[in-house]
Amino acid sequence: MMAIRPVLEIDALSLAAKSNKKLVDNVSFSLSKGETLGLVGESGSGKSLTLRAILGILPRGIEQVGGTVKNEERSAMVFQDPRGSLDPLCPVVKQLTEVVYYRQRLSRRASRKAALELLHMLGLPASLQTSDRYPSQLSGGQCQRVVIAMALACKPGILLCDEPTTALDVTVQKQIMETISALQVELGFAMVFVTHNLAIAAAMCSKLCVMKEGKIIEQGNTLSLLQNPQNPYTQMLMNSVLPVPELEGSD
Amino acid sequence: MKPITVNPQLHEDGQSTSIISRIWRIPALLAGGIMLAVLVLLAIFIPFISPHDPTGQDLSAFLQPPSAKHWLGTDQLGRDLFTRLIYAARTDLTIMVLAEIIPFCTGVLLGMIAGYYGKWLDSVISLLTDTFIAFPFYLIVIIVAFASGAGQRGIYITFMLVGWIVFARVTRGLTASFRQQEWVASAQTLGLPGIRIILRHILPNVLPQAIVVLMTDMVGLLVAIVTLGYLGIGIAPPTPDWGTMISDGQPFITTAWWLSAVPGLAVVYVGIALSLVGDGLADLWRKK
Repeated sequence: MMAIRPVLEIDALSLAAKSNKKLVDNVSFSLSKGETLGLVGESGSGKSLTLRAILGILPRGIEQVGGTVKNEERSAMVFQDPRGSLDPLCPVVKQLTEVVYYRQRLSRRASRKAALELLHMLGLPASLQTSDRYPSQLSGGQCQRVVIAMALACKPGILLCDEPTTALDVTVQKQIMETISALQVELGFAMVFVTHNLAIAAAMCSKLCVMKEGKIIEQGNTLSLLQNPQNPYTQMLMNSVLPVPELEGSD
Repeated sequence: MKPITVNPQLHEDGQSTSIISRIWRIPALLAGGIMLAVLVLLAIFIPFISPHDPTGQDLSAFLQPPSAKHWLGTDQLGRDLFTRLIYAARTDLTIMVLAEIIPFCTGVLLGMIAGYYGKWLDSVISLLTDTFIAFPFYLIVIIVAFASGAGQRGIYITFMLVGWIVFARVTRGLTASFRQQEWVASAQTLGLPGIRIILRHILPNVLPQAIVVLMTDMVGLLVAIVTLGYLGIGIAPPTPDWGTMISDGQPFITTAWWLSAVPGLAVVYVGIALSLVGDGLADLWRKK
């Protein structure tokens, strides 16, 4: 299946620490409009670093030593820890309004209106509008909704999700995933979804890349990859999670 | 657009209590606040409380012990000690507060810039702070006070030179640690300008710590002001000041010990009050 024109193209990306230790080695993938790609692997396999390289926010001491990142569209990121990605001393509505103000160049009042619309779209209660709520007063799931709203306020063509559900309860995980999927259908952005949970990846993504120690060891169409894993590490990863729903229903 | 899923439960934990009721639960803050308030109120209303003139001499009534007329006695020129003590609080506390304002603002701002942008800016600012810290503080104070002549000017100039350093160091460290947290990275990826992130998001987060440091730093500054007065290169007589009062009373330490002891205790009193307020504020913000 040939993609029409990729919105994100990563070619032979390599990242290294100051000590010359390769953290991400020769990673390539591409993403076309409206598509979802999953990056799966254990902690420390370089998934999050790859995402940060796309946004250009590598931590201090880590540099890009090779390869190219071609980014055709605006991208925005949803981080792993929802409460940690909000300023603890600023009301959430103000934070969201601020992003709208700077990214959509509306007036202050229009920004606030747009921000409230976004909150409504993400299914957050109206009580957020009437009183100043701080991140510590919201549940983890609500914080993650605010974070997603802030990312969407940038009107991104590509949404980068760095384990957006890992810090949440299982029931909330499902709600957030449904919310993200529904928004993707509605707004049509492409998505890179980083997770270590193969079941979530299988449910969300059409393509999968399995990463280990900074390298992509296997990539391809989600269904074929999960039905017929070539690499022993992928097989091990699959055996280590509980039954994947798609597999059981497929034959 | 219709809402997708609704999760209307809001957490209401502990935030409903107002600031005032939280202050009541921190004895250190309350005690320090009251101690400071008492002194400040006295300093403001002293012209109405005391019938005496702080500089008016009465040579017929010199070195008197405390009495109903002179609450803390009189000094060697017959001036009322209590009146002078409180007028001195006016001078010393005013200088203390005024001399801290500019260093506090520049220090916090430079610290945030160094911590946020890092790289060469951080190197330059860190080099400056480390250089100044290598010099003994009192050496700089005495040199500048001598060079600029006796009076308040020396204190202001010295403190503008070296006062910002402690704030720059504290806020730099804090900002650098916030820089590693996701909400700063998140604000950057969402396209907020750096200066906006610094002023709107980092400043409120470093301010509590900076204010606690300000309280302890003011104690140090007060001791410096009094020391200069004691050495005779600070506030010039006849303006009342605790430092000159201590040195004036020194010759009479065996007969009228309270002349030196009372202004000395006043410095200790302010020191304790400011430390309590600093501790209390730290508690208040930690509980949040």
